[in-house]
Amino acid sequence: MRLVILEDYDQASEWAAKYICNRIIQFKPNQGRYFTLGLPTGNTPLGCYKKLIEYHKNGDLSFKYVKTFNMDEYVGLPRNHPESYHSYMWNNFFKHVDIDPNNAHILDGNAPDLQAECDAFEKKIEEAGGIDLFVGGIGPDGHIAFNEPGSSLSSRTRLKTLAMDTILANAKYFDGDLSKVPTMALTVGVGTVMDAREVMILITGAHKAFALYKAIEEGVNHMWTVSAFQQHPRTIFVCDEDATLELRVKTVKYFKG
Amino acid sequence: MPSNKSVSDAPIFQFTNCRILRNHELQREDLWVREGKILNPEKLFFDEKGSADIQLDCKDSIIAPGFIDVQINGGFGVDFSLATDDFKSGIDLVSQKILSHGVTSFCPTLVTSPPSVYHQILPQISVRNGGAHGAGILGVHLEGPFISKEKKGAHPERCLRTFEAGAFQDLLATYGSLDCVRIVTLAPEMKRSSEVIRELTQRGICVSLGHSVANLSQAEEAVQQGATFITHLFNAMLPFHHRDPGIVGLLTSDKIPAGRRVFYGMISDGIHTNPAALRIAHRAHPKGLVLVTDAIAGMGLAPGRHTLGQQVVEIDGLNTYIAGTKTLSGSVATMDTCVRHFLEATGCSVETALEAASLHPAQLLGIEHEKGTLNYDSDADFLMLSDSLYVQATYIAGEQVWRRDASGM
Repeated sequence: MRLVILEDYDQASEWAAKYICNRIIQFKPNQGRYFTLGLPTGNTPLGCYKKLIEYHKNGDLSFKYVKTFNMDEYVGLPRNHPESYHSYMWNNFFKHVDIDPNNAHILDGNAPDLQAECDAFEKKIEEAGGIDLFVGGIGPDGHIAFNEPGSSLSSRTRLKTLAMDTILANAKYFDGDLSKVPTMALTVGVGTVMDAREVMILITGAHKAFALYKAIEEGVNHMWTVSAFQQHPRTIFVCDEDATLELRVKTVKYFKG
Repeated sequence: MPSNKSVSDAPIFQFTNCRILRNHELQREDLWVREGKILNPEKLFFDEKGSADIQLDCKDSIIAPGFIDVQINGGFGVDFSLATDDFKSGIDLVSQKILSHGVTSFCPTLVTSPPSVYHQILPQISVRNGGAHGAGILGVHLEGPFISKEKKGAHPERCLRTFEAGAFQDLLATYGSLDCVRIVTLAPEMKRSSEVIRELTQRGICVSLGHSVANLSQAEEAVQQGATFITHLFNAMLPFHHRDPGIVGLLTSDKIPAGRRVFYGMISDGIHTNPAALRIAHRAHPKGLVLVTDAIAGMGLAPGRHTLGQQVVEIDGLNTYIAGTKTLSGSVATMDTCVRHFLEATGCSVETALEAASLHPAQLLGIEHEKGTLNYDSDADFLMLSDSLYVQATYIAGEQVWRRDASGM
């Protein structure tokens, strides 16, 4: 893996955004050849999205020939609920850039047949030629997307019940009221993300430090599902100094050097 | 990128680089319009997979809902209370001219007149949508003749009437028809006014209290019966008294029925109301304040003599008096001038000043789902304004109907 350590959140966000931007530009996407991007939600990638929007507004980056696939969406939350991932993606990204709405794919948590929706999503990824770059985050419990501790490391897109850690972490978006937080979600599987040609995981903040340690300094383990990426040929972990607090000095020095 | 044709073939407009008034604050958001209504772009993106056909850069303008003037007696030489042969072209002229003041909907107002005048004029006014031809007409505001002699202001005494004989039947006979009447101003202390207020309210007509010497209990009784508006607060009513606040006391009355709000018109031209009085009213009941112009025929014209119904008035700057007296009679301030003056006099936020001329009048008339806001699915009647609230362009149903040209006209 590559472990890229930046000084703070802003620098980490910028590094990640520049990386995505360069990947797309180097790919030279066009009418017949789209760049496929997997996208996360949550607090961590907000800075990265802001930077991508900036590059777009400067005229340096177009999403005209980019297809996106989001990692997850809550089940049972109305699509226009301010906390749905559809709302998140619209407000924080889609409305500011020139992506074709037909190319922005997000799982529908209100589909009549949830498993069929998940299967269709896998099919869409396949039809798009697979994911060129999957950008993700890490939960405090080491999960990638909503692949909670105990998820199979070869899992595919499916319905998952959220772990208590996740529900507690999300409560702040629902007025601190646990009863309002959705308990189920549709999520890409660990296997789905592992299929991507390249993976970039964004990890910032001291509260994620332990999860990062478990993910890269301990073994591959279904209790810390991000650890699966130790076996991916091309993964980059982008973090800030605070996220490295639980790592060994030797690890940090090696990757900084 | 072309819009998806699954729902509609109509072009989609995206107004960018602007600050829009939404949810009581100026937000840095784009305004999307399709088929004359404000469009929800998120719904368009996810449900229809659609996008804008035409993008317009608003150069950092403020976009606010179009102003709604519920008390305007005329302008540009036209007097709505004068039955002329070319009355229709007169109302058309005013509705077209006020677009440049940011008014997209209005209630032509008739002052106290003899029944013959109402019978001649009212059939010639119809409720109609606005457009390139002019601001929309929401209905007529009948100010009088059922008002108090002591507070007639500029209204002619000989035309005043009471309800004593036949109450509502008298009113109907006086006006002839209530078909496109939206607001009636009356004095609630008059005998039998309660039945009239009830009957008008039942017919969906907004009853306003004004030109009256009512005390607070009489005013509260009127509100119980359905009255919801006060015509030009402070003017033509008893002054506030600490043991009987009169109609002014409605602003803080505890006898307003639950779920109802009393609105009050204010002419904020700097003349009809001292800025300190404007501030007192605003602070006491900010959500009820409705800016009105009470403009008369001389608005938009040079100083001098003009008619107002059966009277002759004299204009000198922003002051208008009954000729030869010091009795104020209507104003010549434009709506956007009133908004700017209100902003300056009260030190309120830009959002508050704009809502006093758009959201509040819409709420008064119960049309806030179509007019007075930039909420999704409401009518796309809006203005582009500079930071100091000068109207740069006026839009009705998404179409530009007026624009300030380079010379500032």
